[in-house]
Amino acid sequence: MPSENRPPLALTISAIAGLLFLHLPIALIFLYAFTTDERTYQFPPPGLTTQWFAVAWNRADVWPPLYLSLRVAAISTVMALILGTLCAAAMARSRFFGRDQISLLIILPIALPGIITGMSLRSAFAIMEIPFSTWTIVLGHATFCIVIVYNNAVARFRRLSGSIIEASLDLGANGFQTFRHVLLPNLGSALLAGGMLAFALSFDEVIVTTFTAGQQSTLPIWMLNELVRPRQRPVTNVVAIVVFVTTFVPILIAYYLTRGGSEIAGGGK
Amino acid sequence: MINAVEFANVSRHFGSVRAVDGVDLSITEGSFFAMLGPSGSGKTTCLRLISGFEKPSGGMIRIFGQDVSMIPPNRRNVNTVFQDYALFPHMNVRDNVAYGLMVKGVDKRTRYGKADELLALVKLDSYGARKPGELSGGQRQRVALARALVNEPRVLLLDEPLGALDLKLREAMQDELKALQRRLGITFVFVTHDQGEALSMADTVAVFNEGRIAQIGTPAEIYDRPRTHFVADFVGSSNVLSPDMARSFGAPARWASLRPEAVHIVESNARARGTVTALRYIGAGTRVILAVPGGEITAFVGKGLKVPEQGAEVGLSWDDTVLHVMEEG
Amino acid sequence: MSLAAIDSTSPTPQATAILPQRGIGDRLSALFWRRPEILLVVLLILPLGWLTVVYLGSLAALLLQSFYSIDEFSGLIVREFTLRTYLELLRPANMDIIIRTVTMAAAVTLGAAVIGFPIAYYAARYARGSWKALFYLGVMLPLWSSYLVKVYAWKLILAREGIITWATDLIGASAVLNGILALPVIGGNSLSTSYIGTWLVFLYVWLPFMILPMQAALERVPQSMLEASADLGASRLQTFRTVVFPLAMPGIIAGSIFTFSLTMGDYIIPQIVGSSRRFIGQAVYQLQGTAGNIPLAAAFAVVPIIIMLIYLTIARRKGAFDAL
Repeated sequence: MPSENRPPLALTISAIAGLLFLHLPIALIFLYAFTTDERTYQFPPPGLTTQWFAVAWNRADVWPPLYLSLRVAAISTVMALILGTLCAAAMARSRFFGRDQISLLIILPIALPGIITGMSLRSAFAIMEIPFSTWTIVLGHATFCIVIVYNNAVARFRRLSGSIIEASLDLGANGFQTFRHVLLPNLGSALLAGGMLAFALSFDEVIVTTFTAGQQSTLPIWMLNELVRPRQRPVTNVVAIVVFVTTFVPILIAYYLTRGGSEIAGGGK
Repeated sequence: MINAVEFANVSRHFGSVRAVDGVDLSITEGSFFAMLGPSGSGKTTCLRLISGFEKPSGGMIRIFGQDVSMIPPNRRNVNTVFQDYALFPHMNVRDNVAYGLMVKGVDKRTRYGKADELLALVKLDSYGARKPGELSGGQRQRVALARALVNEPRVLLLDEPLGALDLKLREAMQDELKALQRRLGITFVFVTHDQGEALSMADTVAVFNEGRIAQIGTPAEIYDRPRTHFVADFVGSSNVLSPDMARSFGAPARWASLRPEAVHIVESNARARGTVTALRYIGAGTRVILAVPGGEITAFVGKGLKVPEQGAEVGLSWDDTVLHVMEEG
Repeated sequence: MSLAAIDSTSPTPQATAILPQRGIGDRLSALFWRRPEILLVVLLILPLGWLTVVYLGSLAALLLQSFYSIDEFSGLIVREFTLRTYLELLRPANMDIIIRTVTMAAAVTLGAAVIGFPIAYYAARYARGSWKALFYLGVMLPLWSSYLVKVYAWKLILAREGIITWATDLIGASAVLNGILALPVIGGNSLSTSYIGTWLVFLYVWLPFMILPMQAALERVPQSMLEASADLGASRLQTFRTVVFPLAMPGIIAGSIFTFSLTMGDYIIPQIVGSSRRFIGQAVYQLQGTAGNIPLAAAFAVVPIIIMLIYLTIARRKGAFDAL
């Protein structure tokens, strides 16, 4: 390899240092879940214990937020899958008047800061006097999850050879048969990946949720309250691990499902 | 006799682009019909009009006498071999071939039986369980062919099917396709930009230019008697003579074409004289470029014949019948 | 062998040119084929209806609320058009909040560009094969992983008794840390209650959003262009300044859109790590919640929209959207 292609040492060091900067903090969450010190964030921890996992399991106030978060994430994911796929199917092949405006509209809920989406929904609920419920949370989550599914599906549509749809029609299949036998099997993994990411995003979302939840508590909101008014700090760490794993695993699966494409890079979250 | 396909003044416009512009043609049943032309000449759009992936902006298309204007692609009894083959990547070869029967609700045993017969026809008997990704280009091409034949179409449309193959394979496949067409007796409509392919395989060739048909006829007609300057240039290479040159060569004062291989260099009885300006050795012989009064002309000197030297003044001769007067410039 | 011979079940060799229509699926498909715009409407009606009603409707509600006002005595919302609420934004205390937020967003963007560049450059130019995948995952996973967990991790790190204090003690640099904390304005009692802390956490959380578009832009710089520059005798620094940096600029601007917008709209980070001085996000949250002043909260929320619109207009002129 010619010497020009070897990176300067300073660049290598700063690149690796940058990556470590992105990853090391998460490791601390795991460490502090085992500390014996429940009042401060003393480092190094004075001692290690596994008792907090049992304590967290037995804390009654953790379970309802967990259920709520799972329910909201599941419903939002299903809605985003339906709406996002429909959108992608319409946008993937045809060019029509207003197409650019529509793609802007799809991206807007995620391009604008969460506080705007949240405050907007809050304003609408106030004007229309809609009481807070699981559905008010879902309304917000599904809206910003659409773009995640959409991005994945559209990228896959683009990679598919356009003529396989024509080949199916040519061989006598109608539009529905083509969707079931050709389109769906080829879109499947991209949709699954999109669904995984949407689930992770919804499960973890806190900013929009605080505006649409009222007195309800999702798991991130529970965590937020614990951060502001801590009770047993290591328990918060245990919950943080649960949240982290619940979002991390689907993301990793999504990555492997869409390897080779660029579906989840860049303009996502 | 009913034609397999008939176009009556068919147009297809994309915005202001006239991809197909008032085309009339009829394709005889059981013939091998080639649509030849450079890219963007409208030949592929014509094929897609037959299969139903494009709808005409004007005119009428009939397949076996029936107006198909309102018939979607899945209900037309024509099938297509796509340029990129368009095999379903998630199905194995056998399922790919059986697909047309599957969507018609034919039971598993029958459709697999038929698929295996067709795979045998294209000499891929033992490849049924493979995925398209595991096949070579030539093998994929055969699968695409078998798949398109499974529904027993009355017209088979082939969109540059040999374009992605290397030269050797392409020549072998030309022979096979021609043989297959004879054996099946169905109409083949074949789109290509390769004039050699069109001339060697087709019974009838339609030469496309800018959305219109420049000439339609047998390969010999197209080659020997090009109707326009464009056809003379595009099909083979030709000396296109301006009306002035044609007159000085003893023909009517109209545009004319003269194939290089019909021009002989002679010692006596010359019909014209020219000066050799360049020599191009092309393996099978030598192309001799000559300056003649009013222009330039190319002659072809075969192997074993004497090649004149650069700068020499030589006599030229040709048979009257080969100097073809064209209808358009 | 003819096709008819292949299939002995074929009834007539003279099949028709048009196949029969089978069932509702065929009929609908034919309709969509004849009128593709109907299919388009069928596909788009649900998602567009949703986004229009729920999202655009809400944005309209936000604007509407921002033109309402609150009755100072009863605390009730007066549903009459007025600009009074926007005028309230101009009060010094509120202007402070806006300026503080924009300054922080700019500082975070700048920091992210500086720290992110080496990673993006390394990944785009030198990383190959599995290293490339590692870099990609290494940036993408933090981008997607739980926001709140990441913020929480920094609360642990920056706490007075936390790992940073411990580490500076260990290497005998506590004087440096205390010196930094003693700085006016950006310092504080501890890192977790200072602007530096807030900035660090913002930087950490939004950094991947800067790296990915930057990397995408850099990947489009052809290797040959760099070699051409080197051939012409440019030093590494010159090549960087005159070739790489200008070409990476659209990516940096695209990334800055994310970092800028996300910082402006966040209220969790300054609430958990930082001084008690408020940012726009916190103001919106508190006004709509405990204070019950939805009109002022809405007007505050309009500010980032306007700033972002200005920012996007400039970015579009610079061609940043090609890198998104």
